[in-house]
Amino acid sequence: MTARPTDLSRRNMIKGAAAVAATGAMGGWIPAFAQSKLTVGVIYVGPRDDYGYNQAQAQAAAALKKMPGIKVVEQEKVPETTDVQKTMGSMIEQDGVTLLFPTSFGYFDPHMLRMAEKYPKVRFAHCGGMWTSGKHPANTGSYFGYIDECQYLNGIVAGYASKTKKIGFIAAKPIPQVLRNCNAFLMGARSVDPKITCQLIVTGDWSLPVKEAEATNSMVDQGIDVITSHVDSPKVLIETAEKRGIFSCGYHANQSALAPKGYLTGAEWNWLTVYEQHVKDAIAGAPFKNFVRGGLKEGFVKMSPYGKAVPDAAKKKADATKAAMMKGDYVIFKGPLKDNTGKEVIPAGKSLVQTDPVLEQMNYLVEGVVGKV
Amino acid sequence: MSSARLGSALESLTIPVGALIGAMLLFGLFMLMLGQNPLEVYGLIYQGGFSSAFSWQNTLSRAAPLILTALCVALPAQAGLMIIGSEGALVLGGLTAAVIGHAMTGMPPISVKIAMALGGLLSGGLWIAAAGALRQYRGINETISSLLLTYIAIALFNHMVEGPLRDPASLNKPSTAPIGDASMLGNFPGLDVHWGLGFGIIFCIAMYILVKRTTWGFGLRIVGGNARAARLAGLPVGPLVLAACFLGGAASGLAGMVEVAAVHGNANASLMAGYGYAGILVAFIARQNPLAIIPVAILLGGISASGGMLQRRLDLPDATVLVLQGMAFLLVLASETLYGRIKLFKPREVAA
Repeated sequence: MTARPTDLSRRNMIKGAAAVAATGAMGGWIPAFAQSKLTVGVIYVGPRDDYGYNQAQAQAAAALKKMPGIKVVEQEKVPETTDVQKTMGSMIEQDGVTLLFPTSFGYFDPHMLRMAEKYPKVRFAHCGGMWTSGKHPANTGSYFGYIDECQYLNGIVAGYASKTKKIGFIAAKPIPQVLRNCNAFLMGARSVDPKITCQLIVTGDWSLPVKEAEATNSMVDQGIDVITSHVDSPKVLIETAEKRGIFSCGYHANQSALAPKGYLTGAEWNWLTVYEQHVKDAIAGAPFKNFVRGGLKEGFVKMSPYGKAVPDAAKKKADATKAAMMKGDYVIFKGPLKDNTGKEVIPAGKSLVQTDPVLEQMNYLVEGVVGKV
Repeated sequence: MSSARLGSALESLTIPVGALIGAMLLFGLFMLMLGQNPLEVYGLIYQGGFSSAFSWQNTLSRAAPLILTALCVALPAQAGLMIIGSEGALVLGGLTAAVIGHAMTGMPPISVKIAMALGGLLSGGLWIAAAGALRQYRGINETISSLLLTYIAIALFNHMVEGPLRDPASLNKPSTAPIGDASMLGNFPGLDVHWGLGFGIIFCIAMYILVKRTTWGFGLRIVGGNARAARLAGLPVGPLVLAACFLGGAASGLAGMVEVAAVHGNANASLMAGYGYAGILVAFIARQNPLAIIPVAILLGGISASGGMLQRRLDLPDATVLVLQGMAFLLVLASETLYGRIKLFKPREVAA
């Protein structure tokens, strides 16, 4: 099998040579030809219309499709096994994809790394924070966003909307990314009223609609009146919250259509910013950007439009905080900060800016969160 | 070969193939209703799954785990048990292999690999044997208990991987500690398909010989046909049932070991990709025949490989392939009623 990659690159070189000859003959047509050559592949772990993680990626893919000269091929519900390796291989070999977006976290190691070694000329842009300089191939990279900024803004709005002063967070797994969102949500709410507490329920996996609905119901029964989440598809829990007459804040994508009465606002990805950048670089032949991160300021994340139930005071405070974040000088995690066991996790006077890698190892819940890691 | 045996061989080939062709035609009709050209769809299925060396390897690599997990259904079926818990045996086999692989870091790779394989075989085997024992000695329905045991296995797996066995370095995707590159299984010689394919084929052939060509297998099939008669004939029914369950579970456990040792390098939630459930489908279409599992798994692997092609080229949803699988499954099961009813395959009656 070692012969295959060389085989392929030789074939590609011949193809490339033929293309150069053809474009040479056509003279002025070169840019148009180059543009129509880019085929982008997007791979999803779940359904494209899940009102969540995958939909957020698919929206960016759909916008790419409308751009002239770009072909997009998509495949959904691809498990994190050899299946995804073969899917990447098929896109490259059968569809001529040269820029890939394998969007699920678990695609990275070992699947994407293995394929990146085999196809060194293809660009692999993975969603998540895994890429490390020197350790991973140069044709691979990570993109991710500081969506805890949006969860903080969700929290501010929730803080105004809550009458019981009890809010809830439904999480898939107690991993750093999720804990960071949960903490930011409560800290946003506590910036409005420091008496607010947040109940955390961990379901155990990324997509467990039944457990998510049960968690929502039990939260409503406890008197919680605003919830948000970090699961792959918040569809069912937002619908359940609406049915039970409480407020909800969205995550991943805009879920306002599911809860016209109770949807306050939501933390959404804006992956088109990232996709466009990679597409431009690929067309121009510019070096691949391996490590791409951003928050509100960079346009990587955005807020859903406010729902009808959001009071003006909430809008005012959230908008002011958002404006500060857009300027880039707002710090969410700063000392003194205690976790919910009373231990000091950030000493007074210390500020952790969004780009600080320490935040990506978060393993605590801040004071006021009811729950355990 | 006598004409009677030739007839029955032809029959058991023609009926399932006919059912599959029927399923393809129905699927074509379904595609036509969706506004797609059925001929183009057939072309893409062929192109995606079977047209080139690349697509064949795609197909085979998807078939590899299914061959082993299907055995977990087909072997207990010889003893008359309907076990559907392959997924549980697979995850436990994978977990055991990952623990052994990590614990033996630094030892000669070949011994690590053998120990991992034995660990996978043993843990998967014992798990399904437990379902068999519940049936044999406590009268608990094995279909339900093996399914429930799968839920327990998955819960246990998640608890261990996210708790005591978690590699602290696996921040956002809880996994066990890596087994290390030296202990990884390579590819099947000459193919970009891992060793699971080889193990599966060897396992299937061995089991075919065991079940169809030995006295032990004959005894097993008598138990499957009528357990009371078998007991009256003096056959050790309990041990036979347990052994069949153990062998089936062992196959699934080995599939888990292969996923860890050839694909992931550790045990994590991606092991639960539904191979165990897909194996049930394979075993049924193969009519529980260990040898028939191989082509059926390859066919299903091919359908799933071409499913990607349908999604990418025609923008069809992923569920399209499930529709095709469902049609194939239903028609194959329905066609079982045709055995012995088609004149063509019957031995001609000799005139007196």
